[in-house]
Amino acid sequence: MMPRLHFFAMSQPARGSLLGIEHLETKEIQSLLNLARRMNPQKPRPLLRGKRIVLLFYEPSTRTRSSFEVAAKSLGAMTTLVQASGSSIEKGESVIDTGYTLRAVGADAIVIRHPAAGAPHLMARHLDIPVINAGDGMHEHPSQALLDALTILRHKKSWKGLQATIVGDIYHSRVARSACHLLSRFGVNLILCGPPEFVPEVAGSLVPGLRITRHIEEALRGTDVIMLLRVQKERLAGQKIQLHDYIARYQMTSARLKLAKRDAIVMHPGPIIRGLELTSEVADGPQSVIVDEVRNGVPTRMAILARALGKG
Amino acid sequence: MPTANVQSRDNGSLLIKGGHVIDPASKIDGPMDVLLRDGRVAEIAAPNSIHGNAEQKFDARGLIVAPGFIDLHVHLREPGQNYKETIATGTVAAAAGGFTSVCTMPNTDPVVDTPDWVTWVRRPERGAVVNVFPVAAATRGSKGAVLTDFAALQRAGAIAVSDDGKPILEDETMRMALRLGAELNFPVVQHAEDTRLSQNCSMHEGATSFRLGLHGVAAAAEASIVDRDVSLAQEIRDSRLHVAHLSTADALKAMRRGKRAKARVTCEVTPHHFSLLDENVGDYDTHCKMNPPLRSSADREAILVALADGTVDAIATDHAPHAAHEKQVEFERAAFGITGLETALGLAITKLHRESRIPLARIVELFTAGPARVFDLRGRGSLARGNFADVTIFDPKARWTFDVSKSRSLSRNCPFDGWQLTGKVMATIVSGRVVYRAH
Repeated sequence: MMPRLHFFAMSQPARGSLLGIEHLETKEIQSLLNLARRMNPQKPRPLLRGKRIVLLFYEPSTRTRSSFEVAAKSLGAMTTLVQASGSSIEKGESVIDTGYTLRAVGADAIVIRHPAAGAPHLMARHLDIPVINAGDGMHEHPSQALLDALTILRHKKSWKGLQATIVGDIYHSRVARSACHLLSRFGVNLILCGPPEFVPEVAGSLVPGLRITRHIEEALRGTDVIMLLRVQKERLAGQKIQLHDYIARYQMTSARLKLAKRDAIVMHPGPIIRGLELTSEVADGPQSVIVDEVRNGVPTRMAILARALGKG
Repeated sequence: MPTANVQSRDNGSLLIKGGHVIDPASKIDGPMDVLLRDGRVAEIAAPNSIHGNAEQKFDARGLIVAPGFIDLHVHLREPGQNYKETIATGTVAAAAGGFTSVCTMPNTDPVVDTPDWVTWVRRPERGAVVNVFPVAAATRGSKGAVLTDFAALQRAGAIAVSDDGKPILEDETMRMALRLGAELNFPVVQHAEDTRLSQNCSMHEGATSFRLGLHGVAAAAEASIVDRDVSLAQEIRDSRLHVAHLSTADALKAMRRGKRAKARVTCEVTPHHFSLLDENVGDYDTHCKMNPPLRSSADREAILVALADGTVDAIATDHAPHAAHEKQVEFERAAFGITGLETALGLAITKLHRESRIPLARIVELFTAGPARVFDLRGRGSLARGNFADVTIFDPKARWTFDVSKSRSLSRNCPFDGWQLTGKVMATIVSGRVVYRAH
């Protein structure tokens, strides 16, 4: 007996929706990455001319929002930005009703950033246009994982034998969840590193073959990819671990970076907090690809939008 | 002992013939005929041995005839939230689920914390088709600070007190509630949740909550309260503690400890906690959001054992109707709770009897004698001669599919839509009157 997945008037998300990495097929991930490699923001292609893409942002964002916007415009689409403040959302309009409204205005796709996990899923189940998750609560941030994959491939050529270490507040991180789903698909050895408050034991259940360690030296030794996550000071409040402890035990420094492979790359989804999760030397050092990630965001999101509107 | 609010007017006589009676309280499990007269059980005897005329007959061949089912835990949403449910619609759903008596929780708007509101819930104008036994609030406004007037509430017809929806959190408040309850022989029902540990949590803490990026509540938030309350119940002579919707293995350990020590502690389990797991939340199905949340498979296994071995006293639905707009929202914002009156028996037979081999007689006990004992509902929970003529007749082998769009509840928030179940209620009889009959 299988329980019927049940929502009122629920339907499958429209084709081209991107709600998370977890449920994407590996070949879909591959084709998105291949498409992203062919996209060049310097050479706009009017694949989506006349299409209307709404950027619906319930949370602040710099890079995700601007790169989705640039990506859409590079493909010839029109964009409209709707933010929580200054819209009917402030007046209590529900996620579904906001979706209906934007659909009625003529949106061909909605890119949504929302503080609640699952909000894009809720919207997608009630709309017949693609919904793209630009980050939902602590759940997933699929476009970030894809742009990170593109960045890794541009530096590492292939997935074969790679080891990736993710350091920091994994519990609260949608970036980490999406990255784990994606990297594990390609057989990357994954190590999560941080204090138990940030890396609970249950994190090991997320994907197969994932290892947890509390010691950064162990996590870094021989690794190819180091992914750092922002540590929000307010999240340390009330936790057992103090800020200076965290810095002492987990901050990425030049000395620690030497433990990794010589050609290891340092990644960070941003915004970075210099002096907390990493030093300026590391952020600006030769192994840092943090700015590349931002740059790769545009072709990646071009690929996502082209796929969403059937022009992949 | 309050009387039920369904009128026990002259309901004539009804002979239930050819059925198989399961009445655990009377240790009956065999073919029997049952004669109901004037709202009472007039006779129960071997097949074809009841003579004399009955005005009506019910052919129960191939069916189980059981004492009327009692649900210790329902939310019928009146006063104040009749867009979710009313006492009238909720009791029609109860009748369809085989329940002849339901105990209504006081977390309404306003909270049922005065004798006047208890009386209001019990008035005939509410249109109940089954017996309604109100549980009144344990503290004023269920705010957890000042105890209500237990004696007055009891006189008005409340059968227990509870701040359900919220715990009675403070040690001292709980101690005073159990003490006062002990003086009055009045059960105190605890919603066991340490809300200091469950803030912002919308499901059980585990692999699924981590995967979905939702804050999860640890099993300890329930177990720690049950543990404390059982200790208090052991310490306070004659106190009666009932733990609502118990859902974790650790809380069952505390319950066993109390029972071994002969404390008057009882507990109920819901059909959803023995049927579903936290992983059924899937991708944010708000119909799998309830409080306490769906738990791990280890918790479910422990519940199955406790249902079989007698640690659990009753199956109670925690029927919690909500309007669509309260569920069609982000998971973290969605209301807690699901409807459950119409699927309880089907789930019990499908999951407990057929899949877990719990005897049918034990399942009937969990719906009848067990809950009757918990709240001391005299004259109910058994078909002994002279008892109220509350009877549930069901087909333990009939397969059916639950279609939520046809539910009698005003609300549709149920995860069991489309489920194929075995075990179907064929008729529900309250005070000798047939209030539900399957077509």
